Amino acid sequence: MSDFLRDYLTVVWFAVIALVLASLLLGIAAVVRPNKPTAQKLMAYESGVNPVGDGWSQSQVRYYIFALLFVVFDVEAVFIFPWATQLERYGTFGLIEMGIFVFVLLLGLVYAWRKGVLRWV
Amino acid sequence: MSLLAADLPYWAQSLLRVLGGTVAVLLPAGTIVYLFLFKMMSFMQSRLGPMEAGPYGSLQLFAEVGKWLQKEDIAPENADTRVFRMAPLVVLVSTFLLVAVVPFGPDAYFTDFDAGVFYMLAVSSISTLGILMAGWSSANKYSLLGGLRAAGQLIAYELPMVLSVIGVVIQAGTMNLQSIVIQQNDGEIFGFDGLGNPFLLTQFVGFLVFMISVQAELTQTPFDMPIAESELVSGYMTEYSGFRFLIFFIAEFATAGVFSLIASVLFLGGWGLPFSWFGWESVDGIDNWMNVGGPLILVTKMVVLSGIIMWVRFSFPRMREDQLQRFAWKVLVPISLVNIMITAILKVVF
Repeated sequence: MSDFLRDYLTVVWFAVIALVLASLLLGIAAVVRPNKPTAQKLMAYESGVNPVGDGWSQSQVRYYIFALLFVVFDVEAVFIFPWATQLERYGTFGLIEMGIFVFVLLLGLVYAWRKGVLRWV
Repeated sequence: MSLLAADLPYWAQSLLRVLGGTVAVLLPAGTIVYLFLFKMMSFMQSRLGPMEAGPYGSLQLFAEVGKWLQKEDIAPENADTRVFRMAPLVVLVSTFLLVAVVPFGPDAYFTDFDAGVFYMLAVSSISTLGILMAGWSSANKYSLLGGLRAAGQLIAYELPMVLSVIGVVIQAGTMNLQSIVIQQNDGEIFGFDGLGNPFLLTQFVGFLVFMISVQAELTQTPFDMPIAESELVSGYMTEYSGFRFLIFFIAEFATAGVFSLIASVLFLGGWGLPFSWFGWESVDGIDNWMNVGGPLILVTKMVVLSGIIMWVRFSFPRMREDQLQRFAWKVLVPISLVNIMITAILKVVF
């Protein structure tokens, strides 16, 4: 197997060891700890008062626009990283290209800002 | 290729790496919790902190683990039990994946990705998933609000973090963390090589933005809206008890340690000291003791950085949710974009 793939295999091992370690400790805990569920204990915690309504209550998700903006800028990062590693080769040409790219994105941010969607109301 | 990749078979290498990774996750977590959370916070509040278990309470951590092992593990009746039980594990896995990319010495590394920076940023956002799972599955209004707030915050502060790292990548011309470390220690400032060239000097704006984003990603105090205890009890962790809560807790501080490790790799020269001090000309000239000394140097830098994170945590009041979002989008993102362009211009000019 190539070194490249082995590196990714190591990552898999790291995920596995995290799960094994956690399961081991949870397993020890399962032997040691008491288990006496009562109706009161299993109730959702609402500062000691009986819970009102369903736990999955309706709440306003405010960051819908933020999520959209996030996707825009994250995709931008995907483009910038390869460019950043090769900047030395591209020189002035690459600099101007990326300047235009970042400027267009900044325009997007300014537009969102002017529209007032960057406020968490 | 002397220490780890020598003549060992693949399974032995993997075993060593996995053991090393476990130490690299648990040791920083223990150090931060004992040194800063138990002791420094206590001294800042004019009290002694834990003193009973071991000399100066140094065995308190073991006592705590023993205590948490014996606590009942309660999953609320209405909760989505399977997701509820899985969520802490997802957060812990994210921490372990994150540490896999940190180089600890010239040959003492776990993985040697060419796109190390990219991998680091990708993996660090897995914990958001775990937090959303915890918040949603608890069937508790506090948890739900905490989880949604956490998701909004982690998304907002992920951007400045990604963008501030780009400055380093531009300057180094590579995304491989090992090469970034070597460049910083091998470099020179206008012909003077006594300091190496830590990117902190040229990328101090990036460093500042990175550390602020790390603070927010860890939901430490100026940015701890998702777990604001005075209004949301404990946010997405409200319904957790027993050892599953402790896993969240360990993952939080282990991630603080790993992010400090990464920050010192990116900005402070990682495992190295300036190579000119020892007369090393290039990568091949590095003495083998660096594989032992390197981790110690890196951990020293980590303790300093995580000390700063905790210091800020203990000193600042909490930001309001809208202030927090405004700060990310209207201050940090524009600053880091400008930082990228200035770095790129300077890189091309010089």
